[in-house]
Amino acid sequence: MLLTLCSMLHALCHENMADDMVSKLKDTGLIQDEPLLFEQGGEGRKGYSLPRWDVEEVEVRNLISPHLLRKGLEGFPQLSEVDVVRHFTRLSQWNYGVDSGFYPLGSCTMKYNPKLNEELARLPGFSAIHPYQPEELSQGILKLMYELERFLAEITGMDHVTLQPAAGAHGELTGMKMVRACLEARGERRKKVLVPDTAHGTNCSTSTIVSYQMVEVKSSEKGIIHPEQVARQMDEDVAAIMVTNPNTLGLFEEHLGEIAEIVHRKGGFVYCDGANLNALMGIVKLGDLGVDVLHINLHKTFSTPHGGGGPGAGPVAVKKELAPFLPIPVIEKEGEKYFFNQDRPDSIGKMRAFYGNFGVLLRAYAYILTLGAHGLRKVSEMAVLNANYLMKRLKDYYYLPYDRPCMHECVFTDRFQEEHHVTTLDIAKRLIDYGFHPPTIYFPLVVKAALMIEPTETESKEGLDRFIDTMIEMAREAEESPDLLRQAPQRVKVRRLDEVLAARRPKLKWTRKE
Amino acid sequence: MEEFFRYIPHTRNDVQQMLDTIGAPKVEDLFESIPGQYRLSKPLDLPSSLSEPDLIRHLQAYQSDRYSSFLGAGAYHHFIPAAVSHLISRSEFYTAYTPYQPEISQGTLQGIFEFQTLMCQLTGMEVANASMYDGASSLAEAVVMAQRITKRKKVLLSQAVHPEYRRVIRTYLDPDQQEIIPVPYREGEGKTDEKVLLGLLDEEVGAVVIQSPNFFGVVEDLLPVVEKIREVGALMILAFSEAIAYGILRPPGEMGADIVAGEGQSLGMPIAFGGPYLGIFTTRERFVRMMPGRLVGETVDLDGKRGFVLTLAAREQHIRRERATSNICTNEGLCALMATIYLSCFGKEGLREVAVMNLSKTEYAKKTASQIPGCRLAFSSPTFNEFVLQIEGNPGEVLTKVREKKILGGVNLAGFYPELHHHLLVTVTEMNPKEEIDAWAEALEKSIGQRA
Repeated sequence: MLLTLCSMLHALCHENMADDMVSKLKDTGLIQDEPLLFEQGGEGRKGYSLPRWDVEEVEVRNLISPHLLRKGLEGFPQLSEVDVVRHFTRLSQWNYGVDSGFYPLGSCTMKYNPKLNEELARLPGFSAIHPYQPEELSQGILKLMYELERFLAEITGMDHVTLQPAAGAHGELTGMKMVRACLEARGERRKKVLVPDTAHGTNCSTSTIVSYQMVEVKSSEKGIIHPEQVARQMDEDVAAIMVTNPNTLGLFEEHLGEIAEIVHRKGGFVYCDGANLNALMGIVKLGDLGVDVLHINLHKTFSTPHGGGGPGAGPVAVKKELAPFLPIPVIEKEGEKYFFNQDRPDSIGKMRAFYGNFGVLLRAYAYILTLGAHGLRKVSEMAVLNANYLMKRLKDYYYLPYDRPCMHECVFTDRFQEEHHVTTLDIAKRLIDYGFHPPTIYFPLVVKAALMIEPTETESKEGLDRFIDTMIEMAREAEESPDLLRQAPQRVKVRRLDEVLAARRPKLKWTRKE
Repeated sequence: MEEFFRYIPHTRNDVQQMLDTIGAPKVEDLFESIPGQYRLSKPLDLPSSLSEPDLIRHLQAYQSDRYSSFLGAGAYHHFIPAAVSHLISRSEFYTAYTPYQPEISQGTLQGIFEFQTLMCQLTGMEVANASMYDGASSLAEAVVMAQRITKRKKVLLSQAVHPEYRRVIRTYLDPDQQEIIPVPYREGEGKTDEKVLLGLLDEEVGAVVIQSPNFFGVVEDLLPVVEKIREVGALMILAFSEAIAYGILRPPGEMGADIVAGEGQSLGMPIAFGGPYLGIFTTRERFVRMMPGRLVGETVDLDGKRGFVLTLAAREQHIRRERATSNICTNEGLCALMATIYLSCFGKEGLREVAVMNLSKTEYAKKTASQIPGCRLAFSSPTFNEFVLQIEGNPGEVLTKVREKKILGGVNLAGFYPELHHHLLVTVTEMNPKEEIDAWAEALEKSIGQRA
């Protein structure tokens, strides 16, 4: 692993050098202690290039009043192109991505990001096109978006789709606003939303933002929600239930069909968080289970890159009843012509300027065409196979709170390691020393000290075996030499960081020292 | 039947071995928890899979032709240095996720810290977050944040703010909590009517929203209003859609803004039919615990080495859940990195120079256009790289004729402002060579002259 090699070289170099030499070599390629942009370069260094001046350069103060002008760009970087390229190249080398190795973050679906899709998104006939260009000139683009909507509707068993939201949480906000709008159109002002205890934090915060009071539904000992429990809590003041299926424990919500009936009978809606769609494609349609509105995370199920925190896309799919409330514009087709329809009087409005994260949409479209119907089904089958294989092989070494077949992810805890005073956090950090990105930790909250592993279908059996062997070795380490875990990670650029200090005395930007 | 599918490495042997380990006879058995009545018996109705070369051929046909463009209105054609696209193509950046494990995400985290610093410098504010979805939603969240801070209902919203941004604010607001009061722009000048604004200011107002440069490209002046805004205890929210303007314009932080929310697309992101873009959000340090979005902070590790981590997460959805400041999780991380790299390349001198070039080219276009018979500049106020032209004739028809010369001559404002039914919004950047501007002016002159 590159990380291990660099760290070993780092250690080797430092062992044999005097301190002042080490600090002088701070900026040398291999040692890679990369300063901030503002700590390098110098007065007059430039790295940019502009078209030639073919018009007269104006005297700015003659056009805009001086009191509206800035004095300069103090503190801005002054770097040559080489400086810039080296800086960011070095930074990248201290980062772990899906292309570096196994990245089993539960509920994030860190699957392989196809390189073809990166090339396609960069085609100038897509990347250089202005959103306000006349529709007659954008027919191909509109057709692509229209077709993507149809694909997503088909996969989820829903009627209509909007591609506008920029992320899953944005989609949740959109979907729940539509629910609220629909109820208000009926003359109803319901106040509550039911949210299972296994829900992702965004579900809870979304409910509040849409001015609903969140009411928690406890899952049964089986780890799923039960119709009796929902029936107890469902009434005519509940606008919706927000479920995730499969849920964050990696379990299929088996009773969702019946639960949907209970909610519908009292006039409520079923919202489904589609983050875990990777387990279901071609196998079951969420719409068939009674879901009225859901969002899809294209950067999860549909392979678009996570980007270190976005951009993603969170399209929302709805049943007919909610269609009038979709954000504008809606893409429509008349004959062979595609167009944007802004004339939708019941629309909730707009969730962002323009139409959606088109660059992301295009990648998802390409992915769907690459896999096709049979391929997408195989994706879900292999995702579930991989998770069950992991679960079976690790259950003797790590405690499984729900010992039953899982879907595309499984949840362990540190109960076996507790007696050696080794925690989920320690396990995660030690995995880093072995060259793996840790799984999601301490989520979902219903499980104490959870370790949520989602391998995805793009991981080979050898890759899984390597991970499993490592986890087994670590379980042995926890018994025999627990310090190895508690002091982890060691083979990294920085060791465990003081997060308490970061929060207590926030330093959120660079400032020039006085 | 074993069909090979891209990105799925499993061979028939692999599958068999794994099923044996699990103790399941076949793959279908893994889905037993799904009630039989819902399991699909036929394949999804989707096109068959396409190979890589076939997909390339298929998609190429969906592309648009590229015309010479004078379109802006919130999405801008600017030069993107090769270094930007090259560096963000490094897979350690783009295939990574949220830096929850800081020890192996220092690249992402340091990049965000640098971005936060640059955004503070650009806007003259004290703290910036790691990004929002886009300028419009960033502004909407700023307005909601103002309510959280002041607990007041009224929002004074300039009508010269981008119409789509205004629509998004209206969508985000809870009408029980906040009410929008429009503030008109001055006819003939194209800037927010400060007399009306001052007249509307009272202690029920929680936020005042002005965009600069505004939708008409006009540079707004906050100074005449900012003192009274402060007096009544409201918050000044400054919006922008063209970040490059701040290469020369005074930072809103120096003019008294409390929150700055804008669009960063101009800083190295392709125009890409509207997204992905970059929401910029900056504010005063005293509001940091009320702000949405991720924050990266500096700290030290066990050996005392400097490092960066996500911090103040108690505001966010994964910690605070239903009491979070926003539900935002995934934001526009890679786009923020693009902006950071762009600003590293352009830097102190370059950002100023590209801004001056934009201003200069636009001035040239304005001068040329105002000499066209049937054409006049609609607004007298100073502008940056956009301006409004009032023309004789139907703007839609004129633009259609101009398009015959493969030129997108401007945005017809009739759809946005019913009173501006003879008006075009024209945008000129460093990417419009003089010949192109001349060709545009010529086409415009011909098209206006050709009216029946």
